[in-house]
Amino acid sequence: MKKKCFSVLLAMVLAVTALAGCGGSKDSGETSKAVENTSEAAEGGEETTGGEGAFKIGGIGPVTGDTAIYGLAVQNGMTIAIDEINAAGGINGYQIEMKFEDDQSDPELSINAYNTLKDWGMQMLLGTVTSGACEAVVAETYEDNMYQITPSGTSVAAIQYENAFRMCFSDPAQGAESAKYIKNNNLGTKVAVIYDSSDTYSSGIYQAFAQEAQTQGLEIVAAESFTADTNTDFSVQVQKAKDAGADLVFLPIYYQEASLILAKANEIGYAPQFFGCDGMDGLLTLENFDVSLAEGLMLMTPFSADAEDELTQNFVAKYQEDYGEIPNQFAADAYDAAYVIKAAAEQAKITPDMDASAICDALKTAMTEISYTGLTGHDITWGEDGEPTKEPIVVKITDGAYEFM
Amino acid sequence: MSFLSYLINGISLGSVYAIIALGYTMVYGIARMLNFAHGDIIMVGGYAAFFAMVNGGLPPILSVLIAMAVCTVLGLVIERIAYKPLRMAPSLAVLITAIGVSYFLQNLALLLFGANTKTFQSVVTLPALSLAGGKLQISATTIVTVAACIVIVAALSLFINKTRIGQAMLAVSEDRGAAQLMGINVNSTIATTFAIGSALAAVAGVLLCSAYPSLNPYTGSMPGIKAFTAAVFGGIGSIPGAMVGGLLLGVIEILGRAYVSSQLSDAIVFAVLIVILLVKPTGIFGHKIQEKV
Repeated sequence: MKKKCFSVLLAMVLAVTALAGCGGSKDSGETSKAVENTSEAAEGGEETTGGEGAFKIGGIGPVTGDTAIYGLAVQNGMTIAIDEINAAGGINGYQIEMKFEDDQSDPELSINAYNTLKDWGMQMLLGTVTSGACEAVVAETYEDNMYQITPSGTSVAAIQYENAFRMCFSDPAQGAESAKYIKNNNLGTKVAVIYDSSDTYSSGIYQAFAQEAQTQGLEIVAAESFTADTNTDFSVQVQKAKDAGADLVFLPIYYQEASLILAKANEIGYAPQFFGCDGMDGLLTLENFDVSLAEGLMLMTPFSADAEDELTQNFVAKYQEDYGEIPNQFAADAYDAAYVIKAAAEQAKITPDMDASAICDALKTAMTEISYTGLTGHDITWGEDGEPTKEPIVVKITDGAYEFM
Repeated sequence: MSFLSYLINGISLGSVYAIIALGYTMVYGIARMLNFAHGDIIMVGGYAAFFAMVNGGLPPILSVLIAMAVCTVLGLVIERIAYKPLRMAPSLAVLITAIGVSYFLQNLALLLFGANTKTFQSVVTLPALSLAGGKLQISATTIVTVAACIVIVAALSLFINKTRIGQAMLAVSEDRGAAQLMGINVNSTIATTFAIGSALAAVAGVLLCSAYPSLNPYTGSMPGIKAFTAAVFGGIGSIPGAMVGGLLLGVIEILGRAYVSSQLSDAIVFAVLIVILLVKPTGIFGHKIQEKV
């Protein structure tokens, strides 16, 4: 009897763990729906078929699993862009066929997805979405000489070869751009940094920031860290920043921790300028968060759905109509990446009868010649290393909303 | 001046650890089991108070009472379903079950409330105490937390030493078999212990979330482990030990972070624990251990 109770309990634990593992929220429902859509579309060919002599662009990203929210956004953003391009006459007069494969953010699955797409006849790759998977796939695309642009893989190694390009800022670039922006706009002279030393994203930004700050002549008076295990009590870090007389606190961290730091600073009556990166995006949507604590906080974000320019407004409206939610930065990165492929393809005057390797060679040169303006930046150019050069978009929180600087 | 404010922060953190450690130490002292699900009962208490306050719009005091009621019932149910059938089983089986319950609660919360962090609003709405011309700020939450810790320790000591149920608990903790022969209902005594321990967990959850206003399904797990350490520190089974252990742990953690390294604070805490256990294996206030665990 005892044994039975015990095993029933264990079984219950297992069952709940398994359920929670499925995502536990509406995301998973939407995920499977989207996957069905893709396969239907691929079979039925209603949205992707471009008839004879069409370009074949593949996409890879997690549309199921923990990070499905990113992959779905990329898939949706890419679909919108390609539909628009096709409706407007395609690239160089040829339509585009699109196929999106799931990799669940797993490097091995990502390579499988890449091979599936190659069998399908892919000529250009938009992906992958997450850094880890991208690092695995980029080695394959380099070997095959396949053109690749990642919308959102931020690690340096994700585009380490000459055939790969990036739409977003890399982690170090975010740190360096932040330091430059702070200096150029005189936001502060004595800077304190609070970062997560157990997270590669956060410490990657911090290191590049520290280096650039030195070049720019910004004084870092306090560099305090925390780890995933000590991410609730920030009394010491905030106190040290205050004692060091920092007039700006740089927070290259996610918004959950930032909310605690803001509350602590408010408690001890410390009101410096706070400056964050794209991980800070989401602060205002934190449930029950007192947004007045974030008043005046500035953050660098590649995209804001609140922007009033026509391009953003149209994109947000179309995205809401098709998918019933506000697009995030991943959707915007993917939308831009698809248009960047178009711009480069038109510059290189490629045609669908060329093989992937010839297209890649042509696009590699074309990428360094184009200048692109889209949702995530103006007059973006690319170097041979594949990194984009663009002005960072900085917003300031005013009355609980983003205000563009 | 910064030393003083670090010290106060340490005492504040330590008081939360102490209240959580009391739950561990009571259950261990009387039922002789490590209830690893205690940290997750804290999380449930936090959610109960959050929903009562934010979604129900109830006043803070009432929300705390509701959280206590929810946790008491939860503690009793867990004890009845998961632990009571294992009363005669080897202690390792009970320990594993407790870890199972801990994961069960975390994943249940993940399923019911989602993984998104919620911002808790402090149950204490009084202004902060400002000393030395504003150089030293002591938040009202800190004062209430420390006061609550002292009151709870005093009340528990009185309860155990002066009431019949308390005496029964002592008897069960000393010799379960003999207590049963003397006519003490061991099962109901242990159930009462769980009820009290879980109600304390609710208070700890509310105070923890008031001091560090972020609530997610894993909120209780790390403080739970730290508080367990505090209980061992002070001598598991001893009520004053839990309080002293909790306070010491909090102060060492904060001072270590401030003066040694913000990355090594946990390492420092556990290094001190190892040293203390080497010198005094039963903890600061511990009695000689007779049982083998």
